[in-house]
This record gives sequence, C-alpha cells and structure tokens, in this order.
Amino acid sequence: MARQYLLGNEAIAHAALEGGAGFVAGYPGTPSSEVIDLLRARRPAGVHIEWSTNEKVAFENALGAAWCGVRALFTTKHVGLNVAADPLMTSAYTGVTGGFVVLSADDPFAHSSQNEQDSRLYAAMAGLPCLDPSTIEEAHDMLRDAFALSEEFGLPVLFRPTTRICHSKADVELGPVSTEPREAVFHRDPRQYVVIPAHTRVLHRRLNEKQAGIRRRLVELGYTTGEIRGRQGVIAGGVAAAYVREVLPDDVSLLVVRAYPIDPEQLRCFCLEHEEVLVVEEGAPVIENEVRKAAGCVLVRGKQTGHVPAEGELSPALVQTALAGAGFIATTPSLPPLPEAGLPPRPPILCAGCMHRSVFFAMKKVFKDGIFPSDIGCYTLGLQLGAVDTTICMGASITVGSGIAQTVGGDVVSTIGDSTFLHTGLPGLLNAVYNGANQVLVILDNRITAMTGHQPNPTTGWTATGEESTKVSLESLCRACGVDWVETVDPYDMTGLIATLREAKARTGVRVVIAKKPCVIVERRAKVTRPQFEVDQSVCSGCRACLRFGCPALAFEDGAAAITPLCSGCGVCASLCPQGAIGKEGRPPAKEPATGGAA
Amino acid sequence: MSYDVLIVGVGGQGTILASNILGEASVEEGRSVRGAETHGMAQRGGSVECHVRIDGRFGPLIDPGTADLLLAFDLLEALRYAHFLKPDGRVVTNTAIITPTSVFSQRLPMPSPEECLARLAPHAPLAIDAAAIAREAGSELAQNVVLIGAASHMLPLGEAAILAAIERSVPPKTVEVNRRAFALGRASGNPCP
Repeated sequence: MARQYLLGNEAIAHAALEGGAGFVAGYPGTPSSEVIDLLRARRPAGVHIEWSTNEKVAFENALGAAWCGVRALFTTKHVGLNVAADPLMTSAYTGVTGGFVVLSADDPFAHSSQNEQDSRLYAAMAGLPCLDPSTIEEAHDMLRDAFALSEEFGLPVLFRPTTRICHSKADVELGPVSTEPREAVFHRDPRQYVVIPAHTRVLHRRLNEKQAGIRRRLVELGYTTGEIRGRQGVIAGGVAAAYVREVLPDDVSLLVVRAYPIDPEQLRCFCLEHEEVLVVEEGAPVIENEVRKAAGCVLVRGKQTGHVPAEGELSPALVQTALAGAGFIATTPSLPPLPEAGLPPRPPILCAGCMHRSVFFAMKKVFKDGIFPSDIGCYTLGLQLGAVDTTICMGASITVGSGIAQTVGGDVVSTIGDSTFLHTGLPGLLNAVYNGANQVLVILDNRITAMTGHQPNPTTGWTATGEESTKVSLESLCRACGVDWVETVDPYDMTGLIATLREAKARTGVRVVIAKKPCVIVERRAKVTRPQFEVDQSVCSGCRACLRFGCPALAFEDGAAAITPLCSGCGVCASLCPQGAIGKEGRPPAKEPATGGAA
Repeated sequence: MSYDVLIVGVGGQGTILASNILGEASVEEGRSVRGAETHGMAQRGGSVECHVRIDGRFGPLIDPGTADLLLAFDLLEALRYAHFLKPDGRVVTNTAIITPTSVFSQRLPMPSPEECLARLAPHAPLAIDAAAIAREAGSELAQNVVLIGAASHMLPLGEAAILAAIERSVPPKTVEVNRRAFALGRASGNPCP
C-alpha cells in the first residue's frame, strides 16, 4: 500500500484491523476519540464496535470478548483509565485468552484534560506490559503487534500514545487488514475468572512469575534501542525521543525506551558506557526512576535534578535547553521569541446558538448567590459566563454539589451534559435523593457527546455503527432515582426557562431541570436552518445588554449592536434586548421590548 | 532540514484541510512530512494552529523562531503567531479579521488591520482578500485553497503535486471550484505578475 498522510489515531485505528481486532469498545475522550470514530465510519465486517456508557463499562465489555478468545481493543483518555481502573487491576490476575489492548491516551500539557497523569504508572501498578511509541509509524506497528504480545503472556497490554502522537500526522504505510478467522468460545474456568480469595492469591503469584519473562521478551522485540556515540548519553521515551533526535549532537549517545517494564540490565549496560546520562520524557519520571536504580555511580540528570520540566509537554527547544543545562551542548540556546503582547485573547467559546449559553445566563439571573458545580463537556466553557464554580471529573457536578449543599446550604445548582450524566452522574443523583440533599440539577441535554466530536450516546437514538437504538428518557431515569420534580424546558425560550428555574428555586429537595435542544453543530450538519436575526440600528440604544450574553454572533459597530453571519437563529438575544431592537432578518422586530432580558 | 509551515486561524475555518493538502502534496512528491493539529475543545471558535513540516523526519512541532512560512486565515491570528517565524520567514495572510468576542464583551482594545500589517512588516507579508477571491472562484468556502494558492510560490512543492493533493482532499463536487480557487490565489500571490 502506498504511503499516506495520516493522523496518528487513523494509523492506530487501521493497525487494530491489521492486528485482527474483533471487538472494540471505549468512551470518547480527547486525544483518543478518533480511533473508534474512524473504525466505526469504516464499519469493518465481523468487528463489534461500540461507544459504551463509560470507561469501566467499555473495559469490561472488551475483557469479556477477550475471555472468549477474540482480539479486543479498549480506548480511553488517560483520566478514563481511572474509571476503568477497578477491572484493569484485576484483569492482570485473570489474564485473557484473546489479545486485549488497553489504549490509554495521555495528554501532557492538559490540552483538553483536567490533569496530566501518566498511564505508564497504571501499567506498573497492575503488572502489565506497556508500549510507549515515539512516532506515528511506531504507534502503528506496535499497536498491530500488541495483540500477539498480549496472547503470548495471557495479559492485557497497555498502549500509551500521547496527544502529539494521536493528533499529529505523518507519512505512513499501512498494511493489509487481518483476515485470520477466530473462533469465539467461552471456556468455563472458575479458577481463572472467579477471583475469590482462594483463586486470586494463586493468580497474583502467577502474575508476578510472568514479569521476568515480559522484560526479556520486550528486549527481544527490540522495543528499546540505543546507539553509543560518546561519553554522554540521553535516555528518552515517547514523542520526546523524536524531539531529542532532532537536536542531539553527533557525539552524544541515545537510548530510546518504547516499552515497560524496562530490563534493568539493558539500562545498566547503557549507563556504564557513559560518564553521565540525561533522561528526557514527558509525564512522570518513569524511565528516570528505573535509570537511577540501574545507573550505579553514573551521574543521572532529568526531572528530579530540574534539568527537564516536571510538568507540561516537551518540544525540540525545551530538549535543547535541557541538553545545554546538562552540559551536553556547548551553547545555551537563545531565548525563544515572545508572542506579541496585548492582543485580545481568542479562547474556545460556546458556539453561536449553543443552548448551554442561555441556560447559564438564566441560572445567573435566577440564582444570584448560587453555587454552580459543573462537569466535563463543552459546557465547562460556562466558566467564561461565571456559571461554573467547580469541575473535577466526570459526574462530579452532582456529587460535589451534594457535598456543598449538605455543608453550607443555599442554592446549589449543578450542570451536567446528557452523556456525562449517563457516564457517572446517575449514581450521584440516586445518592442525592437517598441522602436528602437539597440541590438543583440542570441536565444540558443536547442529545450527543459533543465536545469530543459528536459521538452518539443512549439519548441519541442510534449506536456507534448507526444501528437504531432506544432513546433513553432522562425524565424517566431521574424519576426512577426518586426525583419528584423533573421539568423539561426549551432553552431558547428564555421566559419559560427563567420561570422554570424560579419554580425550582422555590422548592426543596432534589429538583431536576432538563434543558433539551440539539447541538447546533449537529443541526448545521443536518442542514437544519432558522432565519437569522438582525439589529434595527435605528432602535438600538447601544446599551450593550445583548453583548453580556457573550454570543460570538453579536458584534458592536458604530455605537450599535450588530449580528454577524455566525447567527444560528436561536433568537435568545432578541428576548434580552430592553429596546426590542432585535428581530428576525427581513421582518420588523417585536414592537414591545422583551421581558425575559438582562437587568 | 524541513520546510516548516505554521497554519493558523479560528476554529472552523478549515486549517486542518489546508494542512492535509500540504501533507498530501508532500507524499505525492515522495517526501517525508510531519504535522500537528488542534483537536478537541480548543476548536470551538478558539485560536487554532496546525504545524506542517515538509521533509520533516522527527517530531511534529515547530518551535517559536523557526518557522519558514506562516499561513494565516485571519490577520489578527497572523500577528498572534508571528513569533513562530524565523527572522527571514514569510507571512501569507488573509486581510479579514474575525473580531474575538472578548473585544465586545470585555471592551478590549483591538489592533486595526493596518496596524497588524505594519507590525508584520519585517516578514514582508503577502495579504490577500481570500473571501473575495474565493467568491470569484465560485464559493466562499474555498478561502483555504485560495491562501494555499497565494503561498504556493514560497512552498517547496510543485504546482502539480498541490493540485493533486487538493483533488484528493476536498469533497468531489467541489474539485472544480477549488482548482479555480487555487489558480486565482496563485495569481494573486505571483511575485512577478
């Protein structure tokens, strides 16, 4: 096959088919989402592909398939592995029969994440082999071969790409898709799959007995390679190894680590050839800690000595600075040029017509002294509107909200998206009702998992591969949790939205408001159009009340508000204008000023 | 050495398609290429950057102070990322600016297009009205291809390879419009008209 310019995740997705994956499950999360999105778009015959409701659910589905001898792939972002950590740990004991690859994509610099945790530490904790590619081509080849490695040791294999692998591109040559037929059978074996204490103690010992063999095999597979070129050496892993190769002088050695556990003997031999070594890696000092154990009296520099940044992501320039700091290159690199100061920032922003904006606006108006715990999704951008006070992890808006409500009282209004609610919000809602919390929950129900690229979920009505499925009723779910007061509102109806929130404020106990409207991006792709709005400049007083709404389609020109072609026609700004100056394009604006508006 | 192009703009403007065209054109010529993109939440109307390293063999990232070419879909973003250019790096930019919402909602000062161009002067900016040229080609959506056309005189890629890459990268129904957009963009950027 000819070379192609491919996204890392695209190469990984194809490699899964080359490796014979027959079962793929995951939950969307940047930077991992495109692996399943590309697979489901391709719909390979005989491969089960699903977006599961959360990572633990996805992991266990894939594990079940692997116990039937099918090759399985589970995908998640790094923090999703926390959700799946429970089955991950014990799956190392039970092992697998079909190859099982656990893809956990790390996000150094937290480009789109709540932390910078390092999945390699999970592999060490669980006792599983971990693969850590430094280029897209390596990611492709290693993912393809990981299923066989998994079967060889009867263990899940953790595969850890990072943002600059997943969301980078390179010229890659793909291989043929596997056509090897595999029989799916579940062989009953309680001593393997029922982890009662008597069984699990034996399984733990067997896991430990596998470790030396894994280390040896990873050496044989050539995953850690080095070249001795001088008395100073760099040891690097992940995409940082590519940055090192770009800036490394010819007389400095390089050892690239691509798999864990690392063979200590291999590290020791490399270190002994050098007077000093510098360890360059993103994330936790995983390689560095092993090097320190193996290096003997060889001087080791890295994160612990302050030569390599302990946080964020690396770049060729940062590696150069580290090399200079360690004395591996003579000249200190000049300071990088700084960006132009004083430019207006352009952070990501909720779309024009996004229903989240009107909900946040109404919440701020009704609950003036409210506390607003929120969650993970596009709506975290409600921070810019002052309507997001906490965000920690999926589902925590409800539970953190309960904790705050039980502690300080007052109005606590949590916001959570439909997908996040189904992910880990439900148990929190059940708990809030059960334990008598006094809080409001607003479910921002746009019928899709929007932020990660519009993946379907149980509210959407179809599965990952486009099969029709039951649309779950969030109202029924909330009522089944014991919530008595559940109201569904149209978030474009500012008057109705405010009235509903006021009613919620007047009540006690757990109250749920479901603000339901399709995501505007999904609507646009489905060619749903609404007439755009415009400002009657002769009526506009230039009071800027509409601009406080923060919609990217609102502008201000020559002393009056204006609406740009970004307008999606939601009409909420018309209801905020005290002058009644905003109306549908080509039609006169409402004669009377709207009453739902900003004070 | 790689020829490093930083493509910048506002989420939704089609920077990724532009990076795909440069990447595919590199592959067409049998060259190695590396790229890095903005995905995820940052796309929502935010400032976005795509790195493309033609003949790149190492990592995907371009360091500040090292880019050969800055291809900007928005003049304000050109200024925001100008520090990525090496001293003799060039800028090809759209003359249009999407005013950031922060300017209206927080009343922040904003440089005029003339000020932006003046501050870019050390990099001899080539500024074109991509929307007008794209309309002339048949669709305002072809602005990204217009900009690639304008930059094509500076890129170390042959016209045939870029055109082949455009044909492979854009929706089949829009190939003709995009071919025209490339030709008109290329004419607008011609150093010796």
